[in-house]
This record gives sequence, structure tokens and C-alpha cells, in this order.
Amino acid sequence: MTSKSAASEPGTSKPAPAKRKAGVSAPPKTGATPEELLEYFRAMLLIRRFEEKAGQMYGMGLIGGFCHLYIGQEAVVTGVQAALGENDAIITTYRDHGHMLASGMDPRGVMAELTGRRDGYSRGKGGSMHMFARERNFYGGHGIVGASASLGTGIAFANRYRGNDQVCVTYFGDGAANQGQVFESFNMAALWSLPVVYIIENNQYAMGTAVTRSTAQTKLYKRGEAFGIPGQQTDGMDVVAVRDAARKAIGHCRKKKGPYVLEVLTYRYRGHSMSDPAKYRTREEVNKVRSERDPIDHVRELLIAGGTADEAALKEIDREVKALVTEAADFGQQSPEPDPAELYTDVLMTL
Amino acid sequence: MSRKSIRQAINEALALEMRRDARVVVMGEDISGGMGAPGEQDAWGGPLGVTKGLMPEFGRERVLDTPISESAFIGAAAGAAATGLRPVAELMFVDFMGVCFDQIFNQAAKFRYMFGGKAVTPLVVRTMYGAGLSAASQHSQCLYPIFTHIPGLKVVLPSSAYEAKGLLIQAIRDDDPVIFFEHKAMYDEEEEVPDEAYTIPFGEANLTREGDDVTIVAFGRMVQFANQAADKLEKDGISCTVVDPRTTSPLDEDTIIEMAEETGRVVIVDEASPRCNMATDVSALITQNAFGALKAPIKMVTPPHTPVPFAADLERAYIPSPEKIEAAVREVAAA
Repeated sequence: MTSKSAASEPGTSKPAPAKRKAGVSAPPKTGATPEELLEYFRAMLLIRRFEEKAGQMYGMGLIGGFCHLYIGQEAVVTGVQAALGENDAIITTYRDHGHMLASGMDPRGVMAELTGRRDGYSRGKGGSMHMFARERNFYGGHGIVGASASLGTGIAFANRYRGNDQVCVTYFGDGAANQGQVFESFNMAALWSLPVVYIIENNQYAMGTAVTRSTAQTKLYKRGEAFGIPGQQTDGMDVVAVRDAARKAIGHCRKKKGPYVLEVLTYRYRGHSMSDPAKYRTREEVNKVRSERDPIDHVRELLIAGGTADEAALKEIDREVKALVTEAADFGQQSPEPDPAELYTDVLMTL
Repeated sequence: MSRKSIRQAINEALALEMRRDARVVVMGEDISGGMGAPGEQDAWGGPLGVTKGLMPEFGRERVLDTPISESAFIGAAAGAAATGLRPVAELMFVDFMGVCFDQIFNQAAKFRYMFGGKAVTPLVVRTMYGAGLSAASQHSQCLYPIFTHIPGLKVVLPSSAYEAKGLLIQAIRDDDPVIFFEHKAMYDEEEEVPDEAYTIPFGEANLTREGDDVTIVAFGRMVQFANQAADKLEKDGISCTVVDPRTTSPLDEDTIIEMAEETGRVVIVDEASPRCNMATDVSALITQNAFGALKAPIKMVTPPHTPVPFAADLERAYIPSPEKIEAAVREVAAA
């Protein structure tokens, strides 16, 4: 079931009115080069178009099971990815399509997994929440809230043990931040000075419960304070702000100063999953964020105001991205169903 | 070759594998002890001294005392294993699975299947189980049937020092997540154990006694009790086969069925609580596959369906004993 509000996402509709007014004459100031901004625009747009297509295919019954869309949060993974080194590891929870695309996984393989087909990343046995790509240092989408924290801590331990300078970026949400194993992991990571950045994607709602109703201290970046872990909060709707904060956090780990907590304030436009009743927040609230803080519109405005690209050039990028997503969607529908024998394979390495 | 206790056999298996493979690390609560404290280094060496001596040889980078945070360190061990390390994590008592079961059954056990064969998780969780030390209800359970229930895990129950060493080396070299059960009342039991490394394959049952009249299938410590009962019965003219499956997952179904068919009379001994335990599982296996060969109803020797009591007499009454096994075998033999 797709949300009724899906019809016009920012980025899909006519240019949304620019709310973050840049200077009228001078190009807006940002720490990113025009080339970088174009790259982020394209990367975020790929995630959005992919997710829109996934939502549409879900509504048509082509994707089943659970499906958690990332629309609205694109600046988070795009900004963090821009700050990562080539061999740094990533692990996340079940709202994971954006993380996979950002890490360079093939959209066709991701879509074919959503449709449960043979050419999916997990050969149709994992679905939306469970894909894994060692070649991209992507250690999975995990379905149990909070689990990525301890697993990511272990990946960081392995890196430290091997004596390399790689960092593990461990994502989870504001809901998972209240899980006990997160605190256990913080303590152990600080104790052992592990190179792990805990990125708390605070999208304001754990399923339908607002962070203010679930959480005594809503400044989640302070969650590491009791363990001596530094923390920072950043605007997750601003890709350059995320990138810069992530650079600082990753640099901290790279210098072997131990873990870091980065809280990223973001917002998901769609429901928690496809079966979300969408009654816990007002449509006005969602529309306000979409029209005033959309991460893709923000970069679009920067590009245009800075003279880097005009509407036509950005439309061309959108066309290219849409073509990629269409190709992925076709691939996901054309790939054969898994062989029935797959039911029994890969339970164990050796019997 | 020399006489070694189960404690020594396990310690030796860990040391041999750590010398052989730098990817092997061990972690757990107090497995060294004395970390950072002014007192003796390696003060404890595990709650029952099983890991003593590893820290002085391999250092604190490879022998890690953890906080009392099973969720964090079992989860971290699973994450590290997914990158190619071969962690051996110690869950002090299997009763503590309640605070880290998610990391075992939802994480480590599932990676390979749900990631379409792309993930490898060479994790070993060593854990103590069983009654007999007056450790009461929260430190005496068996619980291996719960792990056996989960696809994606291997579950190992060594019954002697020789078995413990070979099965643990196999577990560490194995690429799947393995739960290795050590009975806390057996650590001092000795037998001849080779000094060098050797492996015992999983899923291949061992016949510790061979006889014609009754087949006893027993698990872990119960193999020893079954042997004692069999030796006594032999003198009275009842000869028994004792099957030690060694691993409950994978389970050597073929040998169990074959041995049940050979005698037609079966006793199953399991220290785990009687509902949905290995005894019920093996009983179902045999009735489904060898019903026609059975000459008597299968008999199960298990504890009652109660928590494990503290008082010594009550605990003795709880545990399946050689005497109870003997009585069951006589009943089945006479039926």
C-alpha cells in the first residue's frame, strides 16, 4: 500500500519554491565545490527515484513483505558517503536501500532483491531488509532494531585488531538509540578505543512514536557522554553539513581517538513501512518539511544560484537517473524467481 | 599422549589454534581477569580456570576480558567474524543466553542464508551448561535444544576430554557459527588425549559401547552416565549400544536410526528439560523411521519439568543418574 501523499515528492514536481533564499546576486556560500554539489544531487536523486519506484511497485504488488522507504533522508547517506575512505565499512538497519545505493551497490541487484528474484543481492532470500556486499564494505541491512550497534562495534574491533586505519560507520535510528545493546556497545567501544562512528539517523519517529514521547533526553548526540564519547548534532537535510560533520567524526576515529556519536536530524516523508496508518503526524507537518527543508531541492537551489547548472541541465540529470531506475525496475521484474532448490541452500557453509 | 582433564583439553585446543591462526581471538568475562588492576595478571583465567595461561602467551589484544555486556560482546564477535576474524566468545553460563540470544539466533545464525550465501560467520560461542554443582535455577540449565532448534547454528556437546579437544578444534576451523557446550561438572574428568591438534567431524556419532540388546542414545554428560549403566548391565547379561551423537546440529540421524533398528529397544537420555528436548526429537526420529523394528516402546530418561533445584538431595533427584538409566534399560529389555 503506498501512501496517498506520494503523488508529488519534491524533486519530482515543478520546482518547489525556494525557501532557503540565497543571496540575490552572490552565489550561496557552501563548503562544497560545484562538481561535488552536482555529484551529491545526482546521488540523492538516484535514491529518491529508486524509492519512488519501489513504492510504486509495492503498490502494484510487485514487491512484497516489509519495505521501508528512505525518501526525505537522502542527504544523510550521501553526505556520509562523501566523507568515507575507500575501505571504510558500513552497517545499518532495515531502512537500507539508500545506504546500499550510496555505497555503490548496483541498483538492479537491489531492486531484484526487493522483488525476491534470482539476481537480487541475496538471491531472493533476504528481501528489502537484508542485503550484504563485502566488495562494497557493506555489512548489511539488519532487521532487529539496535543490532547494528553491536555488530558494527565488532567490525571496528576487527579493523583495530588488524592494525589498519579503517573506520566502521554504524547507522541506526532514534528508536534504536533506546536499545540496551547500544549502551553496552558504547561502553565497550570507548573502553577499547574502537574506530566506530555511530550515526543516529533521528527522523523524529520510531514507527509512529515521536522521539519526544519515547526518549527522556532527546539530544541523542549526548548519548555517549557517560562513556566519554564525543558527540555532535548536524542538519541531516543539508548534505554538505552532513558531509562536514561526518568528516570530523571519521577523522576522529582515523586518528585512533576512539568512537564518535553523530546525530543527524532528518525526516522521513513516507510512513515507517508500507502499512503505516500515517495518523500520528499531520499532513501539514510533512508538507512543511518537504516544501521548506527538502535536501534535494536545497542542492538544486545551490546549483542554480551558483550558476553551476540550469533547470535544463538538472532535468537532464533527472532523466538519466530515471533511466537507471527504470532499468533496475525492469531487471527486478525480469529476473527469474529463485530456483526451488534455493530453499535448502546456504543454511550452513558445510553440513 | 597423556592424561588430561576436559579443562586442559579445551585450554590446549584454544592455545593450539591461536598459535596456528592469528585470526583466532578469545573474549569473555574474566577469561583472563585482573585486567588493568594492580593484582595478579591472568588472575582468574575464566570462572573455572579453563582459559588460564592464554593471556600471558597471546597478550591482551587476543585474549580480551569484556565488560559484563553479553549483547555487546557476542554481537561484536559476530560482527568481527563477518569480516573474517575467528572469534571464540565465552558465554559464561548458557543461562545468560537471555541477554544475548538476539545476537546469536537472529544475527549470526541468519547471515549466511538471508544474505544469499554471501556472508561467512566463523564464530564459536563456548558456554557452560548442566546441573550438579548446586548452582540453582539460573546457572544449571541445559538449553541446547533451543539452539538446536535454530537453523544456521551448529551445536556441539562433547562427552569427554578427547572429544572436547577434537570437537573444539573443529569448531574453531569451521566456517559456521558453532555453540560449544561444556558441562560444568565434567571439567576435572580425565582421559588419554593426544598432545597435537586433531579434529573430530561434526554430525558423525560415536559408539562408546556396542551391544545387542538395547540402544542408549545419550547427550553430553549423559554419555558417561550411560556408559556406567551399560557396564553394570553387561555383568547382568544385558548388552547395550551407547550412541553419542556429539553434535545435535547437525545430527547423525542415520547412525541413530541404524542402531535403533539393530536392537529394536531404545532408551534416550537427555539432561535437558523434557518438553521439546533432544529426547523427544530423537524419539520422533526413530518412530518415524524405524517403527517396524521396535520391539518395545521407547523410554526417555530426563529430569522432571521443573527448574533446577539448589539443595543437593533435590538436585540429585533431578539429574538423570546411571541408576535411572539402568532401570529404564531393564524395563525396555523386559518389555
